Amino acid sequence: MNSFVAVAYVPDTETRIRIGPDGKSLDESDIKWVVSPYDEYALEEALRIKEAKGAGTVRVASVGPERAKTGLRECLARGADEAVWIDSGDSRYLDALATAKALAAAAREGSYDFLWFGQKGVGYDESLVGPMVAELLDLPHVGNVVKLEVGDGKITAHREIEGAHEIVESTLPVVLTAQKGLNEPRYASLKGIMGAKKKPIAEKKLADLGIPEADPANAKTRWRKLELPPPRQACKLIPADDPAAAAKELVRLLREEAKVI
Amino acid sequence: MKFLVFIEQREGKIRKASLEALSLARRLAGEPVAAVLPGKGVAALASGLGKYGAGVVYVADREDLALYSTKGYVGALDAAAKKESPDAVLIAATSMGKDLAPRFAARHDVSVLADLMDLRVENGRFVGSRPVYSGKARAEVDCGNAALQVATTRPNVFPAQAADAADPLVETLDLPAITPRARVVKVETSESKELDVSEADIIVSGGRGIKGPENWPLIKDLQEALGAALGASRAVVDAGWIDHQYQVGQTGKVVSPTLYVACGISGAIQHLAGMGTSKVIVALNKDPEAPIFKVATYGIVGDIFQTVPEVAKAVRAVKAE
Repeated sequence: MNSFVAVAYVPDTETRIRIGPDGKSLDESDIKWVVSPYDEYALEEALRIKEAKGAGTVRVASVGPERAKTGLRECLARGADEAVWIDSGDSRYLDALATAKALAAAAREGSYDFLWFGQKGVGYDESLVGPMVAELLDLPHVGNVVKLEVGDGKITAHREIEGAHEIVESTLPVVLTAQKGLNEPRYASLKGIMGAKKKPIAEKKLADLGIPEADPANAKTRWRKLELPPPRQACKLIPADDPAAAAKELVRLLREEAKVI
Repeated sequence: MKFLVFIEQREGKIRKASLEALSLARRLAGEPVAAVLPGKGVAALASGLGKYGAGVVYVADREDLALYSTKGYVGALDAAAKKESPDAVLIAATSMGKDLAPRFAARHDVSVLADLMDLRVENGRFVGSRPVYSGKARAEVDCGNAALQVATTRPNVFPAQAADAADPLVETLDLPAITPRARVVKVETSESKELDVSEADIIVSGGRGIKGPENWPLIKDLQEALGAALGASRAVVDAGWIDHQYQVGQTGKVVSPTLYVACGISGAIQHLAGMGTSKVIVALNKDPEAPIFKVATYGIVGDIFQTVPEVAKAVRAVKAE
């Protein structure tokens, strides 16, 4: 069974964030980039389906500047068969619709049973691209998948919602977004890393795909400003020599000062 | 500016997060707004939306909407949008809202201002604010020149305020038969019927400081005293001390409760990303250097095995007054 896996290459969550000179994007110097963690669950599940069926290909795709190829190479090292890089050129911020249109264009070139996404891209945390691609390709989708059973021409997915799981049945092909808990992603083996160097990465240019939103002037959502959050007021530390007295004082403050209980 | 608000209900109860979105739309519009309410047996709930600002409610009350399907529920939203021709659509950023908003937006060739924590209108255009990069920055966002502005609002951030008393106009949506390719066949609710962290006003979370899974009763005691939801740090989830659904943080749930009590949690960036926007944060930790104290409103440095039971006792005492 063939899978298409979209991956985003994002700043590592431990990275120190600085604002760029334009005041509306990230200062990209000194950032460590990683494959977005949820996309790792997506890739892992695609690899497991292929291994279980003993046939099929896993193609990874990423939209971004040149560094996205490093992320794709990591996915190839873990076991993906092929990759496509959609070169976004200099664009600093691509809205979700433009990203979805680019990935949908790449997905249209193959025939897939599964189109995988992370349930969100770490950093922007928007959770938009997967369902948007499903809409653009007129496919069903199931989001936030924590468990998957693959049947004959259909799937049963467990989707995490507030305080419950929805058990969803869908026909194939289907768009799925992966949530933590779905699996434990593997590490790349040395053999995988060596082999990945020989695997091809196809290249496309975003500018050639005819997507109006790729031009910032036509973006359907924009960042006007990026700023550091205002500092929180300093913590009021309550002396803890006497735990009972400290607890009473804390509860008094919560009730009388903060008025939250 | 014409608003349409998606109203979510589960088991015949309107979600508070949807009332928050509706109240926000009412405030921004300066007049009653339109709402859409899909489900089964929901017609009776429509009139109650009047006091939160609905002037008209488009109802799709049907057997085939009893369980959620993206196709059915987006179809209802879409049908209401066709009737109403709104300038803006607001949806609460719940699991359901996050599922249907991007599909609806893509159908209309626009994008979504997702998971907003602030929203205002300037010259008929949305200006929103949302945390990005693990809460280490915030982005001010707008919809460019998009013809239709779609936004989702983070639950628990905007107040649900009663405004108008009048009964709304109720219109029934005429939808074609729904045959979704992906459909919910069953909902498995956690047996305990516990409050989920993403919907709670108060959250009490435990981290590695509890020393082992056998010590959850320590945290649960305070959780019960406060009527709170239970949360956990990534460290204890990864250690297998508790299920992932309780995890607050970057790879767990992002929450904004009124009160967040962190017990024995050091405050790794991954955790702060999930709860840093809480209104009031209490840190109970024995390490005075723990980063959690940098974001906390109040803190007690001490052994949580001593402080947590005392806080629970003090809460019960105050509540009994």
